[in-house]
Amino acid sequence: MALLQIAEPGQSSAPHQHRLAVGIDLGTTNSLVASVRSGKAVILADADGQPLLPSVVRYSEDGVVVGRAAKSAAAADPLNTISSAKRLLGRSADEISAAGGAGHYRLVEDEGSPRIETRSGAVSPVEVSAEILKVLRQRAEEALGGELVGAVITVPAYFDDAQRQATKDAARIAGLHVLRLINEPTAAAVAYGLDKGAEGVIAVYDFGGGTFDISLLRLNKGVFEVLATAGDAALGGDDLDQAVVAHLLTRHGLADSDAAEDRRLRDAARALKEALSDADEAGYTFSHGGQEYSGKLSGEELVQLIDPLIAKTLAPCRRTLRDAGVSKDEITAVVMVGGSTRTPAVRRRVSEFFGQPVLTDIDPDQVVALGAAAQADVLAGNNPDSDMLLLDVIPLSLGLETMGNIAEKIIPRNTTIPVARAQEFTTYKDGQTAMSLHVIQGERELVSDCRSLARFELRGIPPMVAGQARILVTFQVDADGLLSVSAVEKSSGVQASVDVKPSYGLSDGEIESMLRSSMENAEADVRARSLAEQQVEARRVLEAIDSALRNDGERFLSPSELSALQAVRDELAAVVDDSDENKINAAVKKLEAASADYVERRMNASVHDAMAGHAVDEFSAGTQDPE
Amino acid sequence: MKLSDNYFEIFGLPVSTAPDAGAIDEAYKRLQREWHPDRFSAGSDEEKRRAMQYTSVINQARQTLTDPLARAIYLLSLKGVDLDAETDTRMRPEFLMAQMELRERLELVDGAADPYAAIDKLRDEVAVHARDTATTFAAAWEGDDTAGARDLAREWQFLDKLRRELDEKEQRLDGD
Repeated sequence: MALLQIAEPGQSSAPHQHRLAVGIDLGTTNSLVASVRSGKAVILADADGQPLLPSVVRYSEDGVVVGRAAKSAAAADPLNTISSAKRLLGRSADEISAAGGAGHYRLVEDEGSPRIETRSGAVSPVEVSAEILKVLRQRAEEALGGELVGAVITVPAYFDDAQRQATKDAARIAGLHVLRLINEPTAAAVAYGLDKGAEGVIAVYDFGGGTFDISLLRLNKGVFEVLATAGDAALGGDDLDQAVVAHLLTRHGLADSDAAEDRRLRDAARALKEALSDADEAGYTFSHGGQEYSGKLSGEELVQLIDPLIAKTLAPCRRTLRDAGVSKDEITAVVMVGGSTRTPAVRRRVSEFFGQPVLTDIDPDQVVALGAAAQADVLAGNNPDSDMLLLDVIPLSLGLETMGNIAEKIIPRNTTIPVARAQEFTTYKDGQTAMSLHVIQGERELVSDCRSLARFELRGIPPMVAGQARILVTFQVDADGLLSVSAVEKSSGVQASVDVKPSYGLSDGEIESMLRSSMENAEADVRARSLAEQQVEARRVLEAIDSALRNDGERFLSPSELSALQAVRDELAAVVDDSDENKINAAVKKLEAASADYVERRMNASVHDAMAGHAVDEFSAGTQDPE
Repeated sequence: MKLSDNYFEIFGLPVSTAPDAGAIDEAYKRLQREWHPDRFSAGSDEEKRRAMQYTSVINQARQTLTDPLARAIYLLSLKGVDLDAETDTRMRPEFLMAQMELRERLELVDGAADPYAAIDKLRDEVAVHARDTATTFAAAWEGDDTAGARDLAREWQFLDKLRRELDEKEQRLDGD
């Protein structure tokens, strides 16, 4: 042990210089940035003293606008004003349409990757999120008076690998160094833990505007350990409002509303909900179809409306208790997070479920950002004496597809990360030399019900009898919850690996191009696009030549010609992912030249073959036909 | 810490069927404090890689040492017994009878007046069986009866599978 010990890792340079680091709560509705100043985590407000930045981005004629100004323009310029981009983050176009579409946005698909059409062109949800992060970064740098060394960004506990990766990509585009991604409920517990130094098992009940999460954490001598987490990604305060809206419509015998009416109704519902937080009864008025409606709602009526929704949050609570192997009476504290926990009925039901009063000391909208700031301070190395250590778990099981659409779990959910797990597989056919690996995420048994993360192939397995090859597949998840997978055939040592980047995510090339365009100008953007196009073209050429050679390479080429052409083909394959457009272009040109003779021979032959199979008059008839 | 050490050695504990839970916890936290990737967030790539590798092993070790069945299987592997690779799968008839009865009751849970209560009751019984099996496993192990320990570990696996199925059933009742 002593031999390998390292002196104060990560704190080697200038130990007493305060390094500027922030915690960011990148929310669906609102975002916040916080930092530790003079030993205390504080929210950094904007120039007007506003702590919340509405997570709304507008692509206006004069450039990008973020926050309140964008939000207030939403009604007038709906197509170019994007809110709730977080719901689209890390999702494929198919998943978005399966989940009910992207609202009123004009969604376009770019190789399965969703983009929103705006007047500034098509933008990805990652780019939209990056705009929000840029504003927060700027706000922080102005408030703190210097460049940031990094940020801790919070994500919902339920975010899968693709969504975490997308969040990291957005940060990179915004020029932020990500120290860690942490789960929102974990950050909330950090905020409370710092104040109290409590020990025991803590339940974090996070009921936000659009999502619900429950997490169980063990807190012991400065170590926060996530024991289990569960939730519902489509249940939030908006649903509570919607229940009230539905009730008002029914009560007044009204049919569906148009967009503007719906907005007014929602505002009325939210106001009612808030008023009933500290009154037994509240009045409401709203206009609908040119008429005014008004009435009163009692607190009891409200409870009846929203109680089924609150009850829906309790099933995940039971599940985490079961996963963690913890009974209710072992819970020492229940932390309330998210705006919906301001509703007394929510507090009451949760308190009843856990059999104890719930914690509401810290503003439920700010608690996540404050906890992230505390963690950022530790990671930046400002707090060498801190014992705080955050041990996290993966929220969803990771596995592989096996024969017959069956999901084989390699790492079960709620396993502490970092983690590496290996499992052996074998070939199913005699002489099989390649194996295709499909990496999936989720709890369901069928692959088609799980999330597809990546596919890759292990090639060059020496031919053996089926079942003889021993292929060791290793899953490695890092401290941010991001996965890489490798496969090795044990007897030959051939291997393949993949850093899981879902196909609809952004490639490194794309991210770099966005970085460049955000820092420099549109010229780089154009260059990046033409690089991407060049890569696509190169892949198309490769595919065409491969398929042609497979079909009739030996028919038209002598062995020496074939191997010469193969060599030029391999040169292109080697540079196809290169970021140098010229290199790719040169290799494409070279392959085109090298294959010219072959292509000509094929063409002649195919004309010959085609004519051989048909009567001559068919062709002459064809040429006479004006069509 | 050496990656070639066995899990007990990594945690500084004697090889045993009943390692001290408090000592595992202490050692785990000490090792995590030393090696967690967060400690190296400003370190070199090499340091970060090593931190990830070490903490992966530490996490796996703790998981194995704290889960009684995983620990039992690991103990057997230290003696060169690979439970998964075994081809001799004979079981005691009386054990199989008891299993069949438990499984029949598992099937009846769905029709019970209070399925949650039925699951809890069954789970308690399975837990008692598992505890008994753990005790006899420990005795066999300490008496150097490796073959006996292996058979008991296999029975234990059956009980563990039943427990997981009960959990899955409850999960389906929750509708998730």
